[in-house]
Parts: sequence; C-alpha cells; structure tokens
Amino acid sequence: MITVESLTRRYAGFTAVDNVSFTALPGRVTGFLGPNGAGKSTTMRVMVGLTVPTSGTATINGQRFADLPNPGLEVGVLLDASAQHAGRTGREILAIAADTMGLPRRRVDEMLELVSLTPSEAKRRVRNYSLGMRQRLGIATALLGDPEVLILDEPANGLDPAGIRWMRDLLTGFASQGGTVLLSSHLIHEIEVVADDLVVIGHGKIVAAGTKDELLAAAGTLVRSTSPRDLAHALERAGISSTLAEDGSLRTDADPALVGAVAQTAGIAITELRSAEGTGLEDVFLSLTADTQREGAAA
Amino acid sequence: MTSTMLTPDTIEAEPVRRTAQPIPTSRLTKVELRKMFNTRSGLWMLVCIGVLSPISAGSLLVFGRTSDVIYQNFVRASGFPMSVILPMIAILAVTGEWNQRTGLTTFTLVPSRGRVIGAKAIATLLVGVGAVSLAFAVGALGNVAGAALAGLDTTWDISWSMALQLVLYNLVGMAFGFALGVVLRNSAAAIVGYFVASLVLPGILALLAQVRPWFEDLQPWIDWRYTQVSLLNGATNTVEEWAMLGSTTMIWIVLPLVVGLLSLRRSEVK
Repeated sequence: MITVESLTRRYAGFTAVDNVSFTALPGRVTGFLGPNGAGKSTTMRVMVGLTVPTSGTATINGQRFADLPNPGLEVGVLLDASAQHAGRTGREILAIAADTMGLPRRRVDEMLELVSLTPSEAKRRVRNYSLGMRQRLGIATALLGDPEVLILDEPANGLDPAGIRWMRDLLTGFASQGGTVLLSSHLIHEIEVVADDLVVIGHGKIVAAGTKDELLAAAGTLVRSTSPRDLAHALERAGISSTLAEDGSLRTDADPALVGAVAQTAGIAITELRSAEGTGLEDVFLSLTADTQREGAAA
Repeated sequence: MTSTMLTPDTIEAEPVRRTAQPIPTSRLTKVELRKMFNTRSGLWMLVCIGVLSPISAGSLLVFGRTSDVIYQNFVRASGFPMSVILPMIAILAVTGEWNQRTGLTTFTLVPSRGRVIGAKAIATLLVGVGAVSLAFAVGALGNVAGAALAGLDTTWDISWSMALQLVLYNLVGMAFGFALGVVLRNSAAAIVGYFVASLVLPGILALLAQVRPWFEDLQPWIDWRYTQVSLLNGATNTVEEWAMLGSTTMIWIVLPLVVGLLSLRRSEVK
C-alpha cells in the first residue's frame, strides 16, 4: 500500500506538488493521470526518496522509503528507462541490481525471460537499445526483487502494441495477486484499460480521485433516440438537464436507468443508451484538468 | 485541494512484510567495485593501467642509461600512467551516478546516499592499493631485467618511508579526484577541475611566490601539487613537511568532501 499525505514540494518560484494526498491500495492498479508537468513524476520521486518533500509524507506499507532495509525487495521502481549507463550491457545492469539486493544470479535470467529480452540482446550495451527495450529492462529491474509494490512512471512509453498488451497483462496479474501498482501516464486510453482506481493531478493538485467507475459515472449518460428534441423536453420536465449534440445524441449527468425510464414514460423510442464511456475518461480528464492544460480551453 | 480515495476504516489491514535484512557494506563495496569496471570506459581504464604500466617501465629499460637502473626509477616509471588514470577512475566512480543517471537506480536500491558514497570510497581505496602494488611488482621485474641486461647488481633503493610515500602519492591523488567528484557531481567539470588544480594552479602559485616574497613560505601549505611532488620524491620527512601535507589535504580533499556530502544528502537525484 502506498500512502501519500499532504505532500508538497516547492521549488524556487513554483510549487510542483501542492498538498497532495491519496492512497494506492493492494490488489488494485492505481492510475496516476495528469498533463505534462502536472507533478506526477515529482510525486513519484518523493515516494522513493530521490526528492525531499517540502512538507508532508509518503509511505510504503506504513514505512518511509528511506527506512526500508532493502527497498528493492519491497518496492519495484521504474522512473526513467533511459537513466542507465549507456556503456553497460543489459545483463550487467540486472546483475548489479541483483547483487545489491542480495539475490542469486538466476533471478537475472528469469527476469530477462519474463520481459522477453533475448540472451544476445542482454549482451548488448544499453547504448544500442531502443526505448522499448530499455523500458523492458527497467521493468525487469523493478520486478527483480519480487516486490509487493510497483511504482512505474510512464512504463508504456516506447513499447510496441504487443508490448503494451503484455505490460497491461503483467500489471493486472501483479495486482490480482495482491500487489499494489501505481502507474503514471498521460496516455488516457492505456490507463482506462488497466487501472482500477484513478488519481488525476493538474498543476500539482489533485483534481479528482476515486475508482474508475465512479469517475466515469461522473461523465454521465449518452442517449440517442428517433426524436432527440422531444426526449430533451421530456428530460427537462423530469428535472434533468441535457445537451443536444449536432449528431442528434443527448448527453446528461443523470443515470442511464433514469434516462431510460423518462423516455419510456414519454413514449420515445431509444436507439442507444449508455454511460458516456467510449471517450469518457478522455472527456473527464480534459474537463478536470481544463484549467491546467497548456492548450487552454479543452475539448 | 486534498482528496483521499477511501476513508481509513475501509482500508485493508497492512500486508505482512517479509523480514528484509539490511544491505551489508561489504556487499555494497563489491557492487561498487564491479560498477567501476563493467562499463566500456571503466574496462578501458583498467586495460590502460595493465598495458601502459609495463610499457612505461619497459621504455626505461630501452632508453634509460645504466645509471638509471635502480628500483626507484622503475617503480616511478610503471606508476606514472597510474598516477594519471587512478584519479580519473575515482572521479568517474562518483560522477557516473549523475552523468549517466544511474543514481536513479542506485539510490532507490540503497536510499542512504552516505552509505553508497562510503562504499565507493572503500572500493576506490582497494583499486588504488591494488594498482600501486602492481606498480611495485612491475617495477621490481623491470629492475631485475634492467640489472641483468646491463650486467649490474640490482639496486633496491626504496626505503619503507619512501614506499609509504609512493603509496600515499597515488591514494591522495585518487582522494582528490573522489572529493572533486562528490562536490561537482559532473564528470567533465571534475576532470577539468582535477587538471586545473594539478597543472595550471601550481604554475600560478609558483609565480605568485616569486613576485610576493611573503607568499613563498605559504605556498607549500596550500599548493596541492607541491606536497604531491614531495611525496613522489619521498621527500616528506620532517614533522613540518607532514603538516604541510595535512594542510593541503584539508584544503583540497577534506573541505570539498564535507561540502559535497552535505549538499549530496538532500540534493535531488535527477
């Protein structure tokens, strides 16, 4: 379990992380979502002791990271896959990590196999690795100590589609065995598929947190009917505000069941009724972080 | 804005943690030793020492005069490439964590940065002692070969005091490189700093001593290179000379090391 309490990190002139609190629970994948420069990486760096917080705390299973006797065995960390010595081979990087944690060398081979790096690739120097291969090596390093907690910053970056699928299965599998996964990304669809819980951050502040279902429910309902205007009126009479899109679909904050009931009472045939989920998380994300987007007004 | 996902009473009980043993310093030292030489640059520095040291001693055999065939000269000759390369090894052992950004992994596996730097210091010391031993061994071989070739009796003219000073000469050079690495945490800056302090600064200080007589007495107390040359020649003998070495060590090694360690403890590892 990862617990972040009132975490603040100030730099000269700006606050990168502003009073952030959240919990990542065991058995669940927690997605950490936010635009570029929102404070995701800084928060994660504070969690693993690379950055000293201005105030507040971050604990792993109730302990400060710096107090863990052998952190590699409890927390798997991947913050930046490119942060490796270019002149070292992939195998060597895993070997020194395994030595540091006091693990037998066979763990190195097991991990190489797990992340699908071939023996000949493992003998090459990291200088010659693609970003995807570095990402795999970073995942291997994180999993080496068989930890209970994973902290991964943008792990899907640079992976090919098969790699992304593999990563997704790996993380859900890890969580289903009781592990805690905190996963940051700006790739909304990736998070949408894999995460159980979401923490959305913008300008260093948490703008939303909860289960994915809760957050998506907040996106409301999308309904299509043969006569959208009549349905809009019917909804309005029932005290439900809605917006009519150009394609004839209606969006409303109300529950789909309620919308269906209103349409039935009004005798309007519905052609489509669902949670506005298809582009849901993206809309939620953009509306939640609208004030903090670089592009100004969001879609 | 503060936000928590779940109220405390819904949070499950903490999972039982496996009892992890703290990482022993001996293991850290072994890892740091390995890290010095498992990169391409590290490997080449090791190869350079192994190859250049005999070449340097060999060139004395070929080009030296008969009067040069004494143990001192062979040890200095085989030690010369080391005195240049060893400080570089010490510098890169520290700065690599920042320049190559391996610190991200190193300091998440071992959060105590002081312990990592300590392990690096021990590893550096071991490399230094090993390399200097090699210099003495290669020097001895050269001396025996030289004497045989010239038809002379072998001259073993290194006293214990001189041997100690030759060892110190190399270790102090490494310590200075190490301290520069800790305080600058940048390979290029530390290497440039090292050469400025060993090649440029002595000239300036010597000039200053010439034009300002009051500085002449002060120079040996603050000129790092001055006390180094004294060690190399085995000329650090009196209490005052050892005190001078203590003084330059304080200024050039202890001071940057303390400043570097203090800032390193809280600095961000990026």
